[in-house]
Amino acid sequence: MALLQRVAEQGRRVVRFTLDGRPVEALEGDTVLTAMLTNGERLRRTEFADTPRAGFCMMGACQDCWVRTEEGERLRACGTFIADGMRLLSSGEWNS
Amino acid sequence: MSELLPPVIVGAGPAGIRAAERLVAAGLRPVVVDEAARWGGQIYRQPPEILSGAGFTRPKSALYGFEAGKADAVHRAMAAIRDRVDYRPRTLAWNCEAGALDLLSEGTSEVLPFSHLFLATGATDRVLPFPGWTLPGVFTLGGSQVALKFQGCAVGRRVAFLGTGPLLYLVAYQYLKAGVEVAGVFDTTPFAAQARATAGMLRDPATLAKGLLFVGWLRAHGVPIHNGVRPVRGEGAERVEALVWRDARGQERRTSCDAVAFGLGLRSETQLADLAGCRFRFDEADRAWLPERDGSGRSSVAGVYLAGDGSGIAGADAAELAGERAALALLEDLGRPVEAARVKELDGRLARIAAFRRSLSAAFPFPADWADAIADDTMICRCEGITAGAVREVARSGQAREMNRAKALTRAGMGRCQGRMCSATTAELLSRALGTGPDGVGRLRAQPPIKPLPVSAGAERREVA
Amino acid sequence: MRERIDCDVAIVGGGIVGGSAALFLRQAGLSVTLLERDWCGAKASGVNFGGVRRQGRPLEQLPLSQRAHAIWGRLPELLGIDAEYIRSGHLKLARSEPDLASLIDYRERSQGFGLGLEIITGEAFRRRWPALGDRAIGGSLCPEDGHANPRLVSPAFARAAARLGAVVREQTPVDRVEKDGDRFVLLSGDALEVRARFLLNTAGAWSWRVAEAFGEPVPLESLHPNMAVTEPLPRFLDVNIGVEGGGVYGRQVPRGNMVVGGGRGFALDADRARPQRDAVLTLMRDAAELFPQLRHAHVIRCWTGVEGYTPDRNPIVGPSRTTPGLFHAFGFSGAGFQIGPGVGQTLAELVTTGGTPMPLEPFRIDRFSPTA
Repeated sequence: MALLQRVAEQGRRVVRFTLDGRPVEALEGDTVLTAMLTNGERLRRTEFADTPRAGFCMMGACQDCWVRTEEGERLRACGTFIADGMRLLSSGEWNS
Repeated sequence: MSELLPPVIVGAGPAGIRAAERLVAAGLRPVVVDEAARWGGQIYRQPPEILSGAGFTRPKSALYGFEAGKADAVHRAMAAIRDRVDYRPRTLAWNCEAGALDLLSEGTSEVLPFSHLFLATGATDRVLPFPGWTLPGVFTLGGSQVALKFQGCAVGRRVAFLGTGPLLYLVAYQYLKAGVEVAGVFDTTPFAAQARATAGMLRDPATLAKGLLFVGWLRAHGVPIHNGVRPVRGEGAERVEALVWRDARGQERRTSCDAVAFGLGLRSETQLADLAGCRFRFDEADRAWLPERDGSGRSSVAGVYLAGDGSGIAGADAAELAGERAALALLEDLGRPVEAARVKELDGRLARIAAFRRSLSAAFPFPADWADAIADDTMICRCEGITAGAVREVARSGQAREMNRAKALTRAGMGRCQGRMCSATTAELLSRALGTGPDGVGRLRAQPPIKPLPVSAGAERREVA
Repeated sequence: MRERIDCDVAIVGGGIVGGSAALFLRQAGLSVTLLERDWCGAKASGVNFGGVRRQGRPLEQLPLSQRAHAIWGRLPELLGIDAEYIRSGHLKLARSEPDLASLIDYRERSQGFGLGLEIITGEAFRRRWPALGDRAIGGSLCPEDGHANPRLVSPAFARAAARLGAVVREQTPVDRVEKDGDRFVLLSGDALEVRARFLLNTAGAWSWRVAEAFGEPVPLESLHPNMAVTEPLPRFLDVNIGVEGGGVYGRQVPRGNMVVGGGRGFALDADRARPQRDAVLTLMRDAAELFPQLRHAHVIRCWTGVEGYTPDRNPIVGPSRTTPGLFHAFGFSGAGFQIGPGVGQTLAELVTTGGTPMPLEPFRIDRFSPTA
């Protein structure tokens, strides 16, 4: 179930991307964080304990929301906007 | 030569914008560096810009509530000078060294020399940890507000609001207005303390009235408000499912929720001031080390000016005034004429705000005893996964008597965020274990890059012309 | 009132050399007072790259380095912690035929010192370190070299010494030092006076002050290594990497962070230094070129330290030429971490037995003076 709930601004254009290989949708103007968390429950698993994380401060300070793309890029999810065709991952690098 | 360099402003929030406006009025063309895509800062953050097609549609009254007029005025102020400033959005100032900033924009690093630097770097939520605070669904109060304001999203369907500070009731109120279920407001401040402090807030009846309105609105809609609360834990494995808390009488209680928004006031972003060489002092009201600034916004370093929450928490109204005031100081230092009456007026208004701030911090006291209750196995450093016990151990064994030593030995504060999220906790844990005050353990030294810097920027650098 | 301590040995400087000397002196039963201006192991000993490396040292350092190697092998027993010390191997890369020839030459010359160097090239090299791919034509592996966490190791020596009864005083600068008859007298403000039969000068980049106080000026220069660490990355590198001819060096710690170094920082003042922007960006570029695995990574922190360099890049180790009972050990020129405990043990030996089998002639303090 999604972590974030949309409560407004739902008339924007649909953006299509993949999350862990699954085709999903977000809205134009969503951050990567919003796009992932309206389609799932986490952004990543931690390096040291394999525990789920979903960001924290949403304003570029806590650095808890770094996510990976299938291409190996790393994005700070709260400060990057979603774009068509992004292929995002929420797990897999460390232990699972 | 240095005479020819334009002033550089870091931060396009209320302080930075008002400073830019004043400098432009004096005929200068400042550089305005900001990490965000649009101006406004965190408090007056604007929704993302959609260049074609349907965009964000909520009016400012819906986004900023009572502050919509101020937000709009700040936005308009920047729009009005847009073509007379060198505006650098989506740009991170990652270092300050030898009279120049290092900027990162679109993956490229660039050196920006300055003769006059204006730091309006803002603040983020101050937090202390509790078990489960890293679970998905637990966000800062400021972050929860950003989700709503900037993205039209709530952090959950049923949200618990925990902590202290003006944001606590404001964000709970905003969520309720947006149609989100508020599981409760869990205020760490005892009711009696708040009532006493309310008297002091009479200095600013408008702010007091707003606060009372939020509380009244929440109560009228059946939202339980609890005072004197301490968190026990957030429950859940993959995401938060409940907040377990202790009430003012020490009774443990459980509230089911799918999100927790929490914060304990704000924490200044001081890294650039540190790298710029500014002298710091311990501020009792903010319970933090802050770059020194005089009443006009001058730092201890000639040519470096400070304004807004980045050098002491005073809120958006004060930031606007202080931004303008520091810009006048900068102009004075350049030998430009400044209007003495305006300086006097700003100084007067800033002094009144300072008095009001003192009563606010009495109304929303930092729950310092929270730190004593942090169990040894609670993770305090989200980046590196360091526990409270690790920090206490290096203090009790005599290995660490100050923050940087504790960092070196435990890694607390060594991760991606450079201690932004854990240093308040580490300071409390260390000082309590050592029996000093919170001012007795020093502060983390800033290190470049102040935020993660892509390795690829090494090959993508623009040389100074 | 001024506190007064009488002891056998006073040590100025609580880095890895002073700390380990204190430890070995306590093991030998001497009374020791160690004075550290900052925190023990907080300067170069604690903020260096963390390479525990014998390979590549000048041959004259290898006996001390081998002695240190044995001590590193006993780290948990001596310090009570493993300090993240790993004998991962140190691989020095050759990126050209002349560089490879130079590595082969070093292996020949260093035979007999026990480094066990292996030259690995071509297909065997690529098979063994696919992560390094084609960016080197081969390398020289010192299998028992490795790396450790300097922030943990270096303070731990002074701490272990304190556990054995050494008096360790941190935040205690030495303002005056002189010899009064057969006793050294050290003053820290009005607070502390230490009197000792022996004095060890292990104050790193600041050691010239003590040396000068005894009429032994040395041309010591402060330099600042430039280092950076990335966010944690999946493991791709199991050896400590250097490059023949210099340039970038790197190691990946078990937590996944990649630590890289290269270039120089700059001095803020005599005591503090900062990484330098051009050096940081150049280091990032060079590191990404050598380790393509860093292509999408981020640097999360840069740092530097203050290291004392001598003109010939060899340290000053051994007895004073002016003052009986005074021993110097400093000027490791950016390479003191691995060798440090071996030097500390040698200082202890000099104090307790009056001599050492270690060849210290190349490290005489007077070798730079015009009359030497």
